[in-house]
Amino acid sequence: MTIRVIQQGLATTVQDLGRPGYYHLGIPLSGAMDRLALRAANLLVGNDEGAAALEAVFMGPTLEFTQDALVAVSGAEMVPKVDGDPRETWTSFAIKAGQSLSFEFLKSGARAYIAVSGGIDVPVVLGSRSTYALGALGGHEGRPLQAGDELPIGASSGEKGEGVRVAEAHRRGPGNPAELRMLPGLYWHRITEGSGYSFFDDTWKVAPEADRIGYRFRGGKKLEFVDREQPFGAGSDPSNIVDGCYPYGSIQVPGGTEPIVLHRDAVSGGGYFMLGTVISADMDLIGQLQPHTPAKFVEVTMEEALAARKDRQGLLDTIRASFG
Amino acid sequence: MKTRYSYGGDEHIFVEVDEEMSLEAFFKSLYMTNSVRDAKMDGVTEICPANASFQIKYNPDVIAPEDMLACLQDIEKQAVNADRSLDTRIIEIPVFYQDPWTHETLMRFRERHQDPNVTDIEYAARINSYDTVEDFIEAHSASPWFVSMVGFVAGLPFMYQMVHRSKQIEVPKYLSPRTDTPKLTVGYGGCFSCIYSVRGAGGYQMFGVTPMPIYDPNQETSYLKDFMAFFRPGDIVKFVPIDRETYDRNVAEVEAGTYEPKIRPVTFSLDEFEKDIDGYNKKLLEVLQ
Repeated sequence: MTIRVIQQGLATTVQDLGRPGYYHLGIPLSGAMDRLALRAANLLVGNDEGAAALEAVFMGPTLEFTQDALVAVSGAEMVPKVDGDPRETWTSFAIKAGQSLSFEFLKSGARAYIAVSGGIDVPVVLGSRSTYALGALGGHEGRPLQAGDELPIGASSGEKGEGVRVAEAHRRGPGNPAELRMLPGLYWHRITEGSGYSFFDDTWKVAPEADRIGYRFRGGKKLEFVDREQPFGAGSDPSNIVDGCYPYGSIQVPGGTEPIVLHRDAVSGGGYFMLGTVISADMDLIGQLQPHTPAKFVEVTMEEALAARKDRQGLLDTIRASFG
Repeated sequence: MKTRYSYGGDEHIFVEVDEEMSLEAFFKSLYMTNSVRDAKMDGVTEICPANASFQIKYNPDVIAPEDMLACLQDIEKQAVNADRSLDTRIIEIPVFYQDPWTHETLMRFRERHQDPNVTDIEYAARINSYDTVEDFIEAHSASPWFVSMVGFVAGLPFMYQMVHRSKQIEVPKYLSPRTDTPKLTVGYGGCFSCIYSVRGAGGYQMFGVTPMPIYDPNQETSYLKDFMAFFRPGDIVKFVPIDRETYDRNVAEVEAGTYEPKIRPVTFSLDEFEKDIDGYNKKLLEVLQ
């Protein structure tokens, strides 16, 4: 069975939990930017948590089903409609062969996850079905969906029915301003003490240049660098380093002006200093930030980062348990 | 060299072997990352060597951050005895310098360049004190290059010039990155040459293009059937200047599936190399004759 793409939305891609193991060759993890939302959507339709689903950014696609299926939409608040009739988000609903799935305008968040019972059955490439568009790898022909595409669907487990939902208390989105917890480090010592304070004090705004590779922020004060003679091979700008690896979530600030937080399709390395790394527990939240959203960076310790990680896993366990 | 350790959030450890680039720092980084790989530690998911640093990604639920750190520090203690030689391969990469495609692209981004009135290669030749672009191309293509990192985007090699530091080419990156770079552009930034594996954004100066694909996610290219990315850290590269006619012929051969890159196995010894750089390079390049 297949899904026919009638309208592609803005940038709709096939994503699962990603493709670890190839970052040393510049091939990033990819996968859902909001991993918890992907897992929840899959659980709602009886899939493995890591099954491939569709990630729709800002605007939903229109899809036509050629066979009956169970569907759930999680993540961003983008109300799904079956032949024009609205359905609840974070709740499984049935769709019949010949019916179409479309979406209302985005109300909050940035990325909706559309899980279909059986999962999107595109070929597995290097262990994953995720799309890495920059490398034309994985997903459907290595690119975002286009009108006219046909997506194969796997066999449904048949374990879940209509009306299974994630309780509202368990749906997490970013606050306003969004608070992104980060562990200072890497090349933090390159900026002055004063810039260290202003970086956390300032309220930044998500810039329009925000995608799966990274999120850019602007509006805070320019960072001042500690004077030094640039090391051999680093390049002449004080924000340059000898090209090294970039952690996922690392915050680079080219020229000291606009921080960029690398995300799931990260460039794996380069020559800009980084002042720290957003903790794993808050990476999902970044994927739900719209351009112009105010955001603050909040300093945490490793202990706090690990506690936040545990919290996040606790939330996932609670969601799993609620389905029995 | 002073090794510096830093946590990259709760899932990475970043290790700067040295602030500045050298093959010595690269070999220590390679030794340490190989040791981590050989140890087959539970919880380690990515092992990424870079030019003079490296990064480990791990699951802190499986191995605690402080244990991961302690383990790397133990490995560093053994690195003093590290074997500074490497069984690797030397590869000939044809380059069409001053090609029309990078020229068209660089003209579109002149306002982001240090010197908008000249081309990237003219600028690089001048600031590195070469009288002519031809002399500069000779310098860029005569020495071998060491692949000291693969990354940024899929399969992109960073290459370090194997000459005495006083002779190394150095150029700044664009003042502000371009939003476009032709696929297979041979670029330069800092002390590194690179080959852009895919079309996209970039900040390196652009010198030419190679007809030889180095990344093919569909694995249709004859020499990329085993794996989609061509380069590995430790590869040695020799650039060979080609003209338009040869470029077009090579492209046609790639498309016909008959192009075979010239690759020879070599052993590289950093200690021997450092004793007599010119003599060592000469011997190294002989295998390509």
